[in-house]
Amino acid sequence: MAVKNYVLVCGGSACESAKGNDIYKSLLHQAEVQGVSNDLQIVKTGCFGFCEKGPIVKVLPDEAFYVEVKPEDAEDIISENIVKGRMVDRLLYKEEGKKEYKPENIKFYQKQKRIVLRNCGLIDPESIDEYIARDGYLGLEKALFELTPQQILDELKKSGLRGRGGAGFPTGLKWSFTQRIDADQKYVVCNADEGDPGAYMDRATLEGDPHSVIEAMIIAGKCVGADKGAIYIRAEYPLAIKRLEIAMDQARERGLLGDNILGTDFSFDLEIRLGAGAFVCGEETALLASIEGKRGMPIPKPPFPAAKGLFGKPTVINNVETYANIPVIISKGGDWFARYGTEGSKGTKVFALTGKIKNSGLIEVPMGTTLREIVFDIGGGIPNGKKFKAVQTGGPSGGVLTEDFLDTPIDFDSLISVGSMMGSGGMIVMDEDDCMVDVAKFYLDFCVEESCGKCAPCRIGTKKLYEILSKISQGKGEIEDLQKMKDMGQAMKKASLCGLGQTAPNPVLSVLNAFEEEVLEHINDGKCRAGKCKDLVQYSIDESKCIGCTVCARKCPVNCISGDRKVAHVIDQSRCVKCGACYDSCKFGAVLVS
Amino acid sequence: MQTTEEYKITDALAAFVEEWKDKPGNLIMILHKTQEEYGFIPRTIAIELGRMLDVPLAKIYGVITFYHFFKLEKPGKNQIAVCMGTACYLKGGEDLIKELENLLSIGVNSTTEDGQFSLEAVRCIGCCGLAPVLTVNGEVYGKLSTDDLPAVVAKYTE
Repeated sequence: MAVKNYVLVCGGSACESAKGNDIYKSLLHQAEVQGVSNDLQIVKTGCFGFCEKGPIVKVLPDEAFYVEVKPEDAEDIISENIVKGRMVDRLLYKEEGKKEYKPENIKFYQKQKRIVLRNCGLIDPESIDEYIARDGYLGLEKALFELTPQQILDELKKSGLRGRGGAGFPTGLKWSFTQRIDADQKYVVCNADEGDPGAYMDRATLEGDPHSVIEAMIIAGKCVGADKGAIYIRAEYPLAIKRLEIAMDQARERGLLGDNILGTDFSFDLEIRLGAGAFVCGEETALLASIEGKRGMPIPKPPFPAAKGLFGKPTVINNVETYANIPVIISKGGDWFARYGTEGSKGTKVFALTGKIKNSGLIEVPMGTTLREIVFDIGGGIPNGKKFKAVQTGGPSGGVLTEDFLDTPIDFDSLISVGSMMGSGGMIVMDEDDCMVDVAKFYLDFCVEESCGKCAPCRIGTKKLYEILSKISQGKGEIEDLQKMKDMGQAMKKASLCGLGQTAPNPVLSVLNAFEEEVLEHINDGKCRAGKCKDLVQYSIDESKCIGCTVCARKCPVNCISGDRKVAHVIDQSRCVKCGACYDSCKFGAVLVS
Repeated sequence: MQTTEEYKITDALAAFVEEWKDKPGNLIMILHKTQEEYGFIPRTIAIELGRMLDVPLAKIYGVITFYHFFKLEKPGKNQIAVCMGTACYLKGGEDLIKELENLLSIGVNSTTEDGQFSLEAVRCIGCCGLAPVLTVNGEVYGKLSTDDLPAVVAKYTE
C-alpha cells in the first residue's frame, strides 16, 4: 500500500539512548490519535550520522530534517507536517546564521558520498523486505547465478577495494589466496570487534544495515568455497547483536542462508560469536584464537589465516566496513566502485568524527577528501571559538596530523607518508586546550592495558614509554628521554609480534615529530600550555578582574579559596588540588592558568 | 573480597551448556551466558563448568582473566560505567570518574559497601557524539558535566 508520507526516526545507538525509541512510540501514538495512521509509515532506521544533533526525525517526501527532537514534539510533527502539510519550523535544522531551512543546504551532508552507509537512515534494519527493495541480495543473486568464483575475484580486483580494518590489504587478493587452496573445510569470518577508542563505524553499519554484511559473507563463501561463517562482535554492542540475529533469521526464512541457497547446491550458514573486550583481538590471528574459545593471543605470520586460519582451516577474514562495500561492488560492478576515490585507494571511507568539533557524527567521504573539508566543511569547525590543533587518526595505532596537513587528500598511502595511518576510521579533533603529551599518554595507557603480554617488545615497551610520558607530564622529564623514546619506539616497530605492538609507539613518535616544541616545554620550562598536566599547572586569581562574586569559592571542593563578597579572592596554593573547578566556573576570566 | 554465597547452575545455563557442548570453541560463549545469569562468574560455577566441559579450571581462569568483560567479583546492584574512549577522555571523562569516586566514596573498579553501586571505567561504548558519556545499568547518559552527576546517582539511590 502506498502511503503519502514516510517518517524516519533514527534508531542508532546514540539517538536511541537519547529517547529515540520514545519518540518512535509517541509518533505512532499521535498518528493513531490524530487519525492519520493510514497516511503514513513510521520507520525506525539506522544511524543518520549527524549524532551531534540527535535524535533526528526526517519526513519524506517533504525532506523535513528535524533535529534534537523530544518525545513531546511528536504531536506537532504529526499535526503540522502530516495533517496540515507544513514543516515544524522550530525543529528544522538550520545552518549557523541562517534563518531558513533548505534540505540541499545541510553542509554536513554536502561532501559526503554514501556507499557503505547507503541504507543507514533510510530503511528499517529489522526488515529484510526494505533491504531487498533497495537492491539488497542482488549481488548475491549475481554471484550465485551469473559469476564464477574467478569472475567474483576479478570484480573485486577491478574495484580496487582495500581492507577497511586499518592495514588496507587488497581484498580481492586476500580472497584469491583462500580460493586457490584445496581444503575439506573453509571459513568466512567477519571482524566486528571494534575496539578503537573513539570509533563506532562498524557499530552503526551493523545497527543500520545488518543484511549488507550478511550478504557479503555469503558471496565470500560462494567465491572461496566455504560453507560456514562467523561474525565476531563485541559483547558491548547489544543492539547490533540483536539486529544481526533478526537479520540472520529473516535470511534463513527466505532461503538466503542455510542449505541450498536460492535453490542452488550452495549451502552457507552463519553464527555469532561474542568478543569479550580485548583490543588485541582486532588482530586476525588473535581474533581467530578467541573464536576458538582461547585467550586471544596472536601467533606469528605466515602462515596467514587465508591458508591456515580458524581451527587450522583456510579462512577469509575481513572487517564490517569492507564487507558492507561488497554487495554493491558485485551488483554494480568493480568499475563503478573504482570511479570513486584516489589512484591507490578506491571508494569511500567512513569516519567517526568526534572530539572538539561542532558537528560530531558519522561521516562517509570519497577517498581523497582533504582534512580541511572534513573538519571545517562537514564538521563545521571547532566549537567555542577555539583554535584547531590536530586531528588524530588511526587511534592507538595512528598519529596526529597538524594544521600543515589540512590540505592533504586522505587515503591509505598519504596518511602513512605523513606518519599516521587510516586505522579503522576514528577521527578525533583536538583544540588548543588539549595537551599532546597527555594525548600520547592516554593512548599508551590504553596499549599497556591491552598488550596481551606475549612478546617482550610490546609488553615492556608500552609500559616504559608510558612511564617516561608520565614523568614528562609531571615536569620530571629529561632531555635524553626524547631520544630514548624514539629508539624504543623503533625497536618496538621492528621486533613486536603483531600489529598492536608494531604500531603502539606511533602516537608517541608522531607527537615527538609534530609537537616537539610542546614536549620540550614540559621538560625544560615545567610548563603545560594547554593546562592539562595537573602537576605543572598553577591557578591564581587576577585581582583586577575578580569582582568577588564568590562563585569560585563555593565551587572549590577543598575550600582553599578565600575572600569576602565584592573583594578579590585568593587561592591558597598549598591546599589547591588543581581540579580546575574555579577556572571553569569564573565568568569574568579572572582565574589564570600558568 | 571472597564471596561466600553458594551458587547453583541455573536451568538456563545448563540448557545453554547442553546446546554448545559439542561445538568447537564454546568456552567464551558459555562464560558470557554464565555472566548473564549471575552478573559475574562465581568460582563454584567455574569449577562446575570445568567438570561439565571437561576443561581444566586453570584454562577457564586463563580465559576469564584475559578478557576485560568477564568479572570475578559480584558487581553492585547499580553498575555505573564511565566511557574512557578518546572522545570522552578529551571532553572530561576522567573528571566524571573523580567526581563519582567522591560522591560514592569508592575508588574506580570497586563496589560500595552496601552493594548498591559499582563504578568502572570502560572502553569506548560507541556513543562518541554524546561525549562524555556514562551508562547506569546499560542506560546511557550523555553530554554530562560533573554538576549533573548527583542527580544521576540520586535516581538510583533507594
